[in-house]
Amino acid sequence: MKPAAFDYVRAENIEEALDVLRRDGADARILAGGQSLVPMLSMRLAKPRVVIDIMHLPGLKRIESGSGVIRVGAAVRQHELERQADLASQQPLLAAALPWIGHAQTRNRGTVCGSVAHADPSAELPLVLIALGGEIELRSRRRSRRVPAATFFAGMMSTDRKDDELVEAVRFPAARSGTGYAFREIGRRHGDFAIVACAAVVDAVTARLAVGGVADRPVARKLPLPGDPALEDALDAFAWDLDARDDLHATATYRRQLVRRLGRRTLEEAARCRA
Amino acid sequence: MAAHGDDLKETQGAKDWVGRSIPRFEDAALLAGRGHYLDDLGVPPGTLEAAILRSPHAHAEIEAIDCTAAKAADGIFAVVTGADVKALTSSLVVGVKAGIECWPIAVDRVRYVGEPLAIVVAADRYRAEDALDLIEVRYRPLPAVVDPLAAAAPDAPVLHPRVNGNVIGERVFRYGDPDTAFAAAAYRVRVDVRYPRNSCTPIETYGVIAEYDPAEGAYDVLANFQGPFSLHPVMARALKVPGNRFRLRTPPDSGGSFGVKQAIFPYIVLIAVAARIAGRPVKWIEDRLEHLAGSVSATNRVTTLEAAVDSDGRIAALAWDQLEDCGAHLRAPEPATLYRMHGNLTGAYDIRHVKVRNRVVLTNKTPTGLNRGFGGPQVYYPLERLVQRIAIELKLDPLEVIRRNLVPAKAMPYRTATGALLDSGDFAATVEAAISDGQLDALQARCDAARAAGKHYGIGFAAVVEPSVSNMGYITTPLTPEERRRAGPKNGAQSTATVSLDPLGAVSVQVASTPQGQGHRTVLAQVIADALGLKPQDVRVTTEVDTAKDGWSIASGNYSSRFAPAVAGAARIAGLQLRDRLARIAAAQLNVPAAEIVFADGRVGARSNPNNAISFSRIAAAGHWAPGTIASEIGQTIRETVFWTPPQLTAPNEADEVNSSLCHGFIFDFCGVEIDPTSGAVCLDRYVTMHDCGRILHPAMVAGQINGGFAHALGAALYEEYAYAADGSFLSGTFADYLVPTTMEVPEPIILHRESPSPFTPLGAKGVGEGNCMSTPVCIANAIADALGLAEIDLPATPSKLAAYIHPPETARAGRPQPVARPGGGERVLFGEGRAQVNAAPDQVWRMLLDPATLEAVVPGAHGIEKISDTHFRALVTLGIGPVKGRYRADIELSDLDPPRAVTLTGSAEGALGLGRGSGRVKLEPDAANRTVVSYQYEAAIGGKVASVGGRLLDGAAKLVIAQFFTALAAHAGGGRQRTGVIGRVLRLLRRKP
Amino acid sequence: MPRLNAGSLHRVSFKLNGRMVSGQAQSRMLLSDFIRHVLGATGTHVGCEHGVCGACTVQIDGVPARSCLTLAVQAEGTEIRTVEGLAPAPDRLSPLQNAFRDNYGLQCGFCTPGILMSLDALLRDRPDAAEPEIREFLSGHLCRCTGYGSIVKAALDAARKLREERDRA
Repeated sequence: MKPAAFDYVRAENIEEALDVLRRDGADARILAGGQSLVPMLSMRLAKPRVVIDIMHLPGLKRIESGSGVIRVGAAVRQHELERQADLASQQPLLAAALPWIGHAQTRNRGTVCGSVAHADPSAELPLVLIALGGEIELRSRRRSRRVPAATFFAGMMSTDRKDDELVEAVRFPAARSGTGYAFREIGRRHGDFAIVACAAVVDAVTARLAVGGVADRPVARKLPLPGDPALEDALDAFAWDLDARDDLHATATYRRQLVRRLGRRTLEEAARCRA
Repeated sequence: MAAHGDDLKETQGAKDWVGRSIPRFEDAALLAGRGHYLDDLGVPPGTLEAAILRSPHAHAEIEAIDCTAAKAADGIFAVVTGADVKALTSSLVVGVKAGIECWPIAVDRVRYVGEPLAIVVAADRYRAEDALDLIEVRYRPLPAVVDPLAAAAPDAPVLHPRVNGNVIGERVFRYGDPDTAFAAAAYRVRVDVRYPRNSCTPIETYGVIAEYDPAEGAYDVLANFQGPFSLHPVMARALKVPGNRFRLRTPPDSGGSFGVKQAIFPYIVLIAVAARIAGRPVKWIEDRLEHLAGSVSATNRVTTLEAAVDSDGRIAALAWDQLEDCGAHLRAPEPATLYRMHGNLTGAYDIRHVKVRNRVVLTNKTPTGLNRGFGGPQVYYPLERLVQRIAIELKLDPLEVIRRNLVPAKAMPYRTATGALLDSGDFAATVEAAISDGQLDALQARCDAARAAGKHYGIGFAAVVEPSVSNMGYITTPLTPEERRRAGPKNGAQSTATVSLDPLGAVSVQVASTPQGQGHRTVLAQVIADALGLKPQDVRVTTEVDTAKDGWSIASGNYSSRFAPAVAGAARIAGLQLRDRLARIAAAQLNVPAAEIVFADGRVGARSNPNNAISFSRIAAAGHWAPGTIASEIGQTIRETVFWTPPQLTAPNEADEVNSSLCHGFIFDFCGVEIDPTSGAVCLDRYVTMHDCGRILHPAMVAGQINGGFAHALGAALYEEYAYAADGSFLSGTFADYLVPTTMEVPEPIILHRESPSPFTPLGAKGVGEGNCMSTPVCIANAIADALGLAEIDLPATPSKLAAYIHPPETARAGRPQPVARPGGGERVLFGEGRAQVNAAPDQVWRMLLDPATLEAVVPGAHGIEKISDTHFRALVTLGIGPVKGRYRADIELSDLDPPRAVTLTGSAEGALGLGRGSGRVKLEPDAANRTVVSYQYEAAIGGKVASVGGRLLDGAAKLVIAQFFTALAAHAGGGRQRTGVIGRVLRLLRRKP
Repeated sequence: MPRLNAGSLHRVSFKLNGRMVSGQAQSRMLLSDFIRHVLGATGTHVGCEHGVCGACTVQIDGVPARSCLTLAVQAEGTEIRTVEGLAPAPDRLSPLQNAFRDNYGLQCGFCTPGILMSLDALLRDRPDAAEPEIREFLSGHLCRCTGYGSIVKAALDAARKLREERDRA
């Protein structure tokens, strides 16, 4: 399993990266951590003409917290965010979800923005972004823009990113006072793709549940608060609306059952964490 | 020569090395990264690399293979197809006379996903794979069949047209008087089992380096082949050379095999032919995707097992009906999986009446072969499930049923009804020891407490006789006695070992045992050290095989756990024989009778007088330096080669009784499981495994084998399955989908031991490598069945399956049709529906659908539509989802036309990345403003690489691509603003250039 | 930096086990192939080439990473450590390696180098790691021979010996 041939550019400044994107467009792929892209290259599922390595762009290596947002640059590796001091208090959902991404060895190389740009339907970071209502910063030679997560994730491995755009950073809303956060995931083995993953955000008046691994992208929905008898039917409706499918690892029925049960548990845990 | 004042200790059994856990000699190099696995070795200058084109179809005629572009590519030295291979080789020998052939490469037809079609030989593997992309193959797909029962049915698609159907051979056996026993039975208890397919997937894949010498007409191959070397003549015959022109060598290190590296042999033939055609040495290293789809797997089997039982739970008779699925080819040594256990069909029990019906069926799946446990899991799963069912149906304690049926100790050696000779063991005492030492009482109490707290907890048992050292004759069991008489007897198992002494008096040992991590070099050093009174580090062992230079026979290799009983045994015999001759030399020099000579601590001396001794190395070197001083009747003392075949391994007799294995260990397991009520996941709370593997040569290594076998078995029980879609697409194509358990999934079993030495082996040792593969899957299944009150359970016991027994059933959503469950298990048809609104009247839309120019604009990524007829189009299409993009040849037909209201579109697409087939009913309905609402329902099946590597994403992919088509149709017609959800977003996607 | 052309060979240099090394690679060449076949350090093994089995694990700038998921050109200018760099001398083994031998933590040895590189990093960063943490950290490594128990035992034994060594110093 060896990749087909491609050119390689190690961008030294962001303009260089954007120029290649503008020129080669859909035939270019951004190489950040490579944990998702390289196996696709090896399996020849992807055959770009050029690969742009953005890991040496200093402007993309920052994690910035302030004004209620944690902004993570495109060259920040997952383990760097995981080890960020007081991440658990800044955004507990991130602290809870990051250890579920793959294995320590892949988190050492894979990037936060890379996982978001790749948009695998079972990925944890897109799920957290959807749950929190985060944003993605996109940049091209033409312009910079910010896209809300709900608009960004269009479908399975499909996002709103245009061919000439780079995901420059993602913005996770920081924890708000009076709000509880919880994350739960069930997979076949430790580190496997999620069969169902749930991220819950609960404050005094709203409960929001985001589910990954079922639909072709993570989906969030406002639900009745834990304790409200209407929650059961609402979870049931949500489970059906996600259009679960059978696959090698789980039946659609099983996925729906997990949405109901895991969803409830995650919401309840978030409610408890509100203290 | 006088001793130097060293004391000579009494060594008769006092300080044996065998039986102790010494550090392994293999480890230092392996730990330092200095292993010599096949891909680490140097290659002859000029060696090229090969890549193999493999079929994406499960069943298809090959209409044409065009290699022109591939051959012309940069750095390509040869492109070899089935026709080229056929011109230089003969079919591989097929085990059963069935009129079918077995080629290592597809010739006119492909029969399983992953089957080799062509080999590219290039300067390096990267460029070889580039050329694979340039080979154009035209297939005519055929219906495929993957279910063994479906394949055995009269209307099944036939894989080998020269044979009548897919069932290769049916054989019935009768032992004792089963019919009378069944007629007289107080009870009849029955289980129906479908045992799944899995494979032990060693971390190192196949590797071959082959060279052809045209002047000698000889092949020289280095490969990480594990044996049995009965396949050497199969390969030589296929290559059309005599055995002495097929030199087969193995590397010093092998990264695991567990039976799997037996099936490298067809690839050895292929790469050897490729080397011949290319005129240069060729190396091929298999990659993991190739390995999972196209190497080998264990068989899956459908079994009905029925017992005639008296009211005490004593089993009087067994009736076996086994349908063995060997995949697409009956590849040697199959149907060995079915017959390896033939002597052990009564397991650990004293049952005298047995009826067996065996059928072998072929299906469009990978051909099968050796795999750890080799036939044992497929036999013990039904048998031990049956024992649990007997207990439940007769309302007896399952342990009592086991106890009442065990072969009694006093019956040893015990001849089973089907012919195996159980060498030793006290099964009943072993069970009792396991129960007390393993604290079954405590486990039972734990179970009771858990259940009282409302948990799903269960306990299961399994009692298993583990055979080792296969009788090479067992492969003739399916022949009739008449056929066996005509063919000549096949029996025995020649093991060989050579002990040599060099001019400095140091000891070397060579065996043909091809270890893959079992520490043979250490254990053999212990064995020979004991024989010759040395330290193990004084003995150097090589285990690489060179058929041109080493002693070997068809039984050589490392399989059926034959090392400890047979190979180490042969080494001991060689060591003792050499010792006897050296003793006679020493006796003459020391002037004492030979019987008085003692070998200890590196010295050879008189038992009565420790000072009357000589150093071992001096005596050992005598054969080189002063052969004239050695009495001629002693013979040479430079090298002692022993071939040992145990007399108990006789050919199958006229009554079809066969002693299929030499030794029989006994295993008794019990375990407790708890099933998570939310996820359905199985938590293995406690697992006790009691082993009697005869004399233990190295306790830590025995523990290693048991733990390793346990992990494999746990995988088979809960995680691993070679999964195929109904159309034969291979779904578990990567390690992301074929789930090998990790540190987090494998608990540590509690291992207990008893030693009942075998009277049949030189060291009293029995094999120990495979036992838990036979006992653990059914032990866990029995515990799960106990926890959930299940009468039937098939593996793997995934959370999804088990949760269905725990969760209350879903209520269908009001107003929403529940997705219809497809019949016939294992189906993987994708289905969906959607709608698009088109700003044009229905008859306009209708015309667009039938107009190739429109279709070209509308089919995503189409470039070049060819109209075959008014209702049949072909196109070249480039399809992409995210980074995954590929070119496909699409074929679209319209049928069931009901203009302008509805039409059925049937299409297929094929490309390097995969193939898809789908059909959809498209309805056009006018809305209030005479625009058209296009609604569609589709079914699709996707195969090929994308199915193998991305199964869980296929639904989304199909949905996206089909939606792209209909949205593009809408856009082409000048669609309006109202779009629903996904379709709207997809439209935005389409605004990007394809 | 200039665009490296797909068809050409390019010089890739980095520090391997403390020494500068250099070789030629196409931009598509995987780091695992570069280390094994261009540099000749065959201790790092390839088991799946899609990043699941962990056999190819090396340390890149101090952290364990899968070399089959890395392009050789990405390694330019980095510090890489492989299993060949663990032993203190050609005829001696490190405490971690010795612990594996003492506890029979390997059988065929094919998955072992990757596991050693992960553990070497873990025990350096988390010398007090106990069994649950060790098991989780090794969950990205597949072994088909041992059932993992002896590997975990070896890791715990090594941790203890390294702590003792550190306390003595």
